[in-house]
Formats: sequence, structure tokens, C-alpha cells
Amino acid sequence: MPLVLCSSTLFGQVPSAADGSPAIVQPGAPGERSKILTKENVVLAPRAPSLADVSFMQGMIMHHSQAVDMTDLLRTRGRSKELQELGRRISISQSDEIKFMKRWLTDRNQATTMDMENMKGMDHKGHNMDSMALMPGMLTPVQMKELAHSSGARFDHLFLTGMIQHHNGALVMVEDLFNTAGAGQDPVLYDFATDIDNTQRAEIEIMKRMLEKEKK
Amino acid sequence: MSVQRASRLSRGTLTLSLAAACFTPALGHAQDKIPGPSTVYSNPRASSSDPRVGLKPGLYDAGEAIFGLEKLASIPKPAGFAPGNFIPTVTPQIELPPANQPPRPPSVQFGSTNSDLAFSGNHVFVGNYNGINFYDIDNPAQVKLTTSLVCPGGQGDVSVYGHLLFMSAEAVNGRLDCGTQGLPLPEGFVPAQAPPRPANQAEETPEAERRPRTLPPADTNRFRGVRIFDIGKLSSPQQVAAVQTCRGSHTHTLVIDPNDKENVYIYVSGTGTVRQAAELSGCVSGDDPAANPDTSLFSIDIIKVPLAHPEQAKIVSSPRIFTDSQTGNINGLWKRGNHGPGTQTTSGTDKCHDITVYSGVGLAAGACSGNGLLLDIHDPVHPVRIDAVSDPNYAFWHSATFNNAGTKVLFTDEWGGGGQPRCRETDPMNWGADAIFELSNRKLKLASYYKMPASQSDLENCVAHNGSLIPIPGRDIFVQAWYQGGVSMVDFTDASRPFEVAYFDRGPLDAEKHGLGGYWSVYWYNGYIYGSEIARGVDVFKMTPSKFITQNEIDAANQVHFDILNVQNQPKITWPQNFVVAKAYLDQLARGNSVSASKISALGALIARVDVSQPEAADVAQLKTAGAALDKDAAQAKTPADAERMRALAAIFAKGGAAHF
Repeated sequence: MPLVLCSSTLFGQVPSAADGSPAIVQPGAPGERSKILTKENVVLAPRAPSLADVSFMQGMIMHHSQAVDMTDLLRTRGRSKELQELGRRISISQSDEIKFMKRWLTDRNQATTMDMENMKGMDHKGHNMDSMALMPGMLTPVQMKELAHSSGARFDHLFLTGMIQHHNGALVMVEDLFNTAGAGQDPVLYDFATDIDNTQRAEIEIMKRMLEKEKK
Repeated sequence: MSVQRASRLSRGTLTLSLAAACFTPALGHAQDKIPGPSTVYSNPRASSSDPRVGLKPGLYDAGEAIFGLEKLASIPKPAGFAPGNFIPTVTPQIELPPANQPPRPPSVQFGSTNSDLAFSGNHVFVGNYNGINFYDIDNPAQVKLTTSLVCPGGQGDVSVYGHLLFMSAEAVNGRLDCGTQGLPLPEGFVPAQAPPRPANQAEETPEAERRPRTLPPADTNRFRGVRIFDIGKLSSPQQVAAVQTCRGSHTHTLVIDPNDKENVYIYVSGTGTVRQAAELSGCVSGDDPAANPDTSLFSIDIIKVPLAHPEQAKIVSSPRIFTDSQTGNINGLWKRGNHGPGTQTTSGTDKCHDITVYSGVGLAAGACSGNGLLLDIHDPVHPVRIDAVSDPNYAFWHSATFNNAGTKVLFTDEWGGGGQPRCRETDPMNWGADAIFELSNRKLKLASYYKMPASQSDLENCVAHNGSLIPIPGRDIFVQAWYQGGVSMVDFTDASRPFEVAYFDRGPLDAEKHGLGGYWSVYWYNGYIYGSEIARGVDVFKMTPSKFITQNEIDAANQVHFDILNVQNQPKITWPQNFVVAKAYLDQLARGNSVSASKISALGALIARVDVSQPEAADVAQLKTAGAALDKDAAQAKTPADAERMRALAAIFAKGGAAHF
């Protein structure tokens, strides 16, 4: 029979409030006194996520969707095996992240696409927009067309430069989010955006290395 | 008090530290090994008939599967943290025109995230993105909430030492005064509209030029770093210090210098974006060391905490532990990217994610994003890198644990960041897994991978996460959190053949929607296993005998008692030399071929005769003879682990098994 000897005297005093219920304490700044809260006032009224956070997620869904479109093209038009493998990975991770972002938005009763009022010049699929409405780093319609009409080594090159541009845009979006007053304070979103930053930076390195190899 | 009561452990620690100091410290030059595609062992996936596959979803009524464990209690998160009554911090709605519908609050959420655990005396401290909950575990089957400390900032990594409680804060909503309102904008603040950015100019645009925007005003109320609370009066914790850092504190590790009784140290692993210098002076962003030699990246921060004056805690060094000693480049280790075709994409080493110090051997193991590091910490303020490994299957080096002998290090890989399902049937078994390294002559060598073997659904975030050693003498056993993959206990005594010995799992949080949940940390403490479940609260388990673990082994583990436990400040475990422990060794020898079955049963019978208040003198003499024989036979043992067990058993027999402490 396991026996725990609770002989430590560290917490000798009766810890809870007089009625035996747990204490709910909100400390102050260092040196300031703590406040005692109640069960009732520790539960805050429901409040909404920041609009900057919502637009970040909506914009990133659009942004990621283009990456998936690009990897779809890669499947039939690319040449390098190594690039195919990378494309498969990018497709999986960006699709997973799209699902995650949609969940984040629907869990908060938000639309998964941006308000069309704010997206003039964009069709409903979000593919045919002018460059003003694009998220940072996204390929312009002209660039996408060029990609779709190329193949082989030329395609591989355009894919690499395009995807590096695209991923760099994601880094800009994350940075902009954290540089927007009041944004990025939702912990789930914070972790997610930080992870995007980590993984896209790593993928950019891979693609830069592939570009280097092309030159040889 | 804990400080004094830990003296038994400290003595052992000191001896070993001195022994380790006799090694010649290796040069800290870059040893960025890049192994080819791995050929080491990886445990196989469990079959689809595993009881963990296809469990019923539910928040508090999910299906459960359990083996080798018994669940004693489940305590949902309290008010202010629980599902349904935690509210993500509101922020001003400034971005879009007012004609826009204001967003509504979340429809499905599971409260604020439970995170890491620390233990002291009869309390467990459960970190949370919104604060810390203190639970009385005098009776582990009836855990009682003592105090809820409300102080947002995430992730709420916790450590405890004496009357001081330490907490990490990294999120941008953390406030110096623990306020829950986040950081509202000053009155009259009008953010400048970001100029439209030509889409195709993101590439190769110099960093400075990419940011022609108005930054949020620096706010001195913001807190990102390590908070220190005085919990001398447990029902009314007070914040005594808050040490700000440039990248916040994602995790931290308590470091105790055996030669310094006046201070403790905190190793801070900050992974966030670098703060503006206007908010915290001295912070420098930029990931090109040539352009920004003083960048706040590529280092850890070390805080010194004077025990008599914790309010004077401050950063005393920010060592450049990734430096290439030959070129002097502070970005001297893994530079991001993959390891060749078909390999994992690994984050760059510009930060550590978590560090485990093992003062018992004078070493620390750093899980540092793109590398696993081995550090000499004899001078805790100036850790010296002595080895660094990378791995083609690793995405993100997340945490580390030594085995008790200090001859192995188990690293974890948090592929997908923890929020993604990475234990599906299609996910490789050596991705998002533990990597077990052998440690010899202060060098790490990969021996195998271990991943919780049962396939999880698309709805369950799952990847390797935090765990601790189970103190069964004679074996290396690790109990570990796998988020919604549950709890898995692995035996890695043979570093090249890890295998699962116990598990617990629940179905997903929700039948349709993905929710962030599962275990963040699962740690053994004084006979029980505590799990902090992100969404559901705290669970308490105990081990039960199975074909892999005997009651004698459980009893032997439960003789180990900690006064305090911060898992990343790894304690050296010692066992009493008594018959309880002897029986555990005997059970272990019975599994192998080093000692014959008849000999084992004879030794068992002999122990039974001597383990009485007045044993026959002849039996005691026979025990000593048997001990001497075992010691001699150990040289012919079939495995190194059996040899160790035989020697340990011989040592107990030599003392007559009388050490009943």
C-alpha cells in the first residue's frame, strides 16, 4: 500500500477562508496588496475576440488557401521529386492549419471569410482579386497565371520563388498582428501564430537551399 | 521547511557534482551533428483493436481506456478557469469600420488552458494561462482546491521553492498587476492605418522597410517574464517580484547551486517576439547577428533570486549558448530547414524551449528548438555547451529528461506545436516522438524513438509532451503526457528498445469540433501520478500491477519521498537498501536469464526468513554469502541492467537488508 508521509510543515496554517471554501486571490503589482475575489466576480461576462485577431485568421485562411492551390499545380506540373515531397508537406500543414483557423473562427461565431464589403474587387472564391486586396506575400493573379501555364524546371523555379514570397508574407502577417495594439491576446491564437512563424521560417530556409541548388 | 528537509537529497547531489567536475570540460565549439536518415529502432504502432482507438467523445463523460493504472480522482477546473466561464481577454475593436458587426463571444470553449505542475509538501500547484491553482493532496483520492491565484499571461509554467512560487508569462495580455483586462489603448489613441503593401514585395524587403506602421504604444504595465509570489501564507499569495525579459518566459527552470545557499537561479526560455526597446530597454530584435550583434535572440536569460530578498531578483546573465566557438557566430547551431529529402522540417535554434537541469550530475539538457543541447552547469550563471545534436525526424526540440543514472537523455519533439493531431494512423511513429539518447563521455548518441502507440483521431491534438521519471529502482521508466493521446508510461531501460508499460486515454473533447485538450504534464509525486488536463482539470492516478510491473516494484517506487518536486530541476533519486527494494530487483531478475528461476525463488524464500523481527543467525549469514555470490556473478549477467540489479541486490544483502529508512 503506497503511503504518503505528509510531514512537511511548509503549509501548516489553515489555508482556506473561514467557511472552508477556497480562496480566490488576485495579486497586485510587486509590493502591492492582493485582492480577494469571489466565485461570482471571478467569472467575467462573455466578451468578444479582437477584430484584429479575427481579420488575421480570416486573412490567413485566404493566404493559406493559395498555398494549397499552388501545391495542387505542383502535383501535375512540377519536375523535382524533392520539391514534390516538400509541396506535399506544405499542402498537409496548410490544410491542417486552415481547418484549425476555421474552427477558431466558428467557435467564436465568426465568418471564415472576410466581409465582402471590405474586399472589393475580389470574387467569391477569393481567387480573382486585384493586388490591393491580397494578403501580404500572396501571388498576384498575373503571377498565379504564369505559374499555371508553366511546367518542368521553369515551374519548379516559379514555385520556389513564389512560395518563398508567399511564406514571407505570412511572417509579415504574424508580425503585424503582434505589432497591432490590443491584438494577439487570445492565448490560443498567440500559440498558433507563434507556431506559424516557426514553421514557415523553416520552410523558407528549405526552399532557399533548393534555389541555391538550381543555380549549380 | 522544505529547504532543510531536502538535505538528504542535497548531500548525494554534492558528491556527484564533485565527481562530475573531475572530467575535463570539453570545448564549447559547434558540434552540430547532422545524422543521415535514421536507422534506429522506433516502437511499432498498436493495432486498431487497441482499447484506446475510437473512444467516445465528451468533456466530462468521454470514454476511457486504462492499463496498469487506476484513476483515483478527477477534479474539474474551478471558477475563473473552467469551461463556460473563462473569457479570452477582450481587446479594443479598432481595426474595422464600425458598420461591421461586432464579433460575438466563442460558442465552444473549454476554459483557460491548464499547463505545468510543481509540488511542495502536501500541495500541487497547477499552472494555467489565467493563473495558478493550489490543491491540497494530503489525500490524493480527495484533492481539495486551496487557492486560486488569478494572474493571466500564459503559459503559467510553475516552480516552487520554500515560500516562493515562480510563474512564467509570455503572452502579450499579461499585466504587471495581474489584471484580467489585458492592455487597453490609452485614451485618444488612434492607430495609423497600415499603408497597403504591394503583394509581391514581401520577399527580400529589408526588415526595417517592411514596417512603416505605427507600433502599439509601449506599455509599462505589460508583463512578460518571470513572476515571483510569496506563498508563505497559502491563502493569500503576494507578488513580490516580476522580472521582465525581452522574449517573455515560455518556460523556466529552477536551478539550485549546491554551493550557494543564499540564492536560487532561474533559467528562462523565452520564445516570443522581441519587445520594443521603448517598452523594455535593452531589447533588440533582428535575426541576423551580423546586423544586430546585440539581438535578444540566440540566448537564454538567467535570473538570480536572493532568498532573503526575492524582490531584488534580476537577470544576471544572458549566455550565448548557441555560439560557434570557431567563428564566434552567436547563431552557431541549427539554422532552420530540413535535413535532406524526406526529412522533417526543423525550427531554427534561436531560443531554448525548455531546459532540464540535473545538478546530481552537474549537467543540463536543453531542448532548444532546432537542437538538443548538453550543458555543463557547475557554474550556474555561465552554463557551457558541451554537446549539441540535431535530428532529421525532429520538428521542434521541446523538453528533456535524464535517466536517474545520468547515462541517458530522453528528448521530446512537439511537432505541430501541440495544437495539431499528430498521432493519426498516417503520422510517422518517429515524428512527434521521444528520442532516446545514450549519454557517455559527455556525448549524446541517438538510440531509439518512442511514440505513444495507439492511433488517435483527427479531433485529438496529440504529440509528445511533458513527463517525469517513475522511481522504480533498477529500471528507467517515464510517465508522459501526450495531450489528447492521454498518458503513456514507457520503459527505456534498454535505450535501444523502449516499450510501453501503462496507459490512460480518453476520447476527444467533442464529437465534431476540435478542441484543445488533453494532458500538458503528467508527473509522479510521492506514490501518485498527477496529470494536468488542459480542458478537464486535474487527474490523479496510482500504478497497479500488470505483466510489466509487479507490486513489489510499485512498493519500492513508493518508498521514495520528495519534499519538493520541480520536474525540470531533476532530483537525484536514492532508494533505501531494504528488502522492499530487494524484492523489486528480484522480480526484475526473474524476467531475464541472468539468474536461474530456482535461484530466484530460493533468494525470495531467504528474504522472507530474514525479513522478520528476530531472524535466525544462520539465515542472516546465508544472506551475506548469497550477496557475495551475486556480486561475483554480476560480471556474467546477460544484460548491463541485470548486472546493476545483481550488484544492488548484493549491496542490500551485505547490509542484511536492515536499512529500513
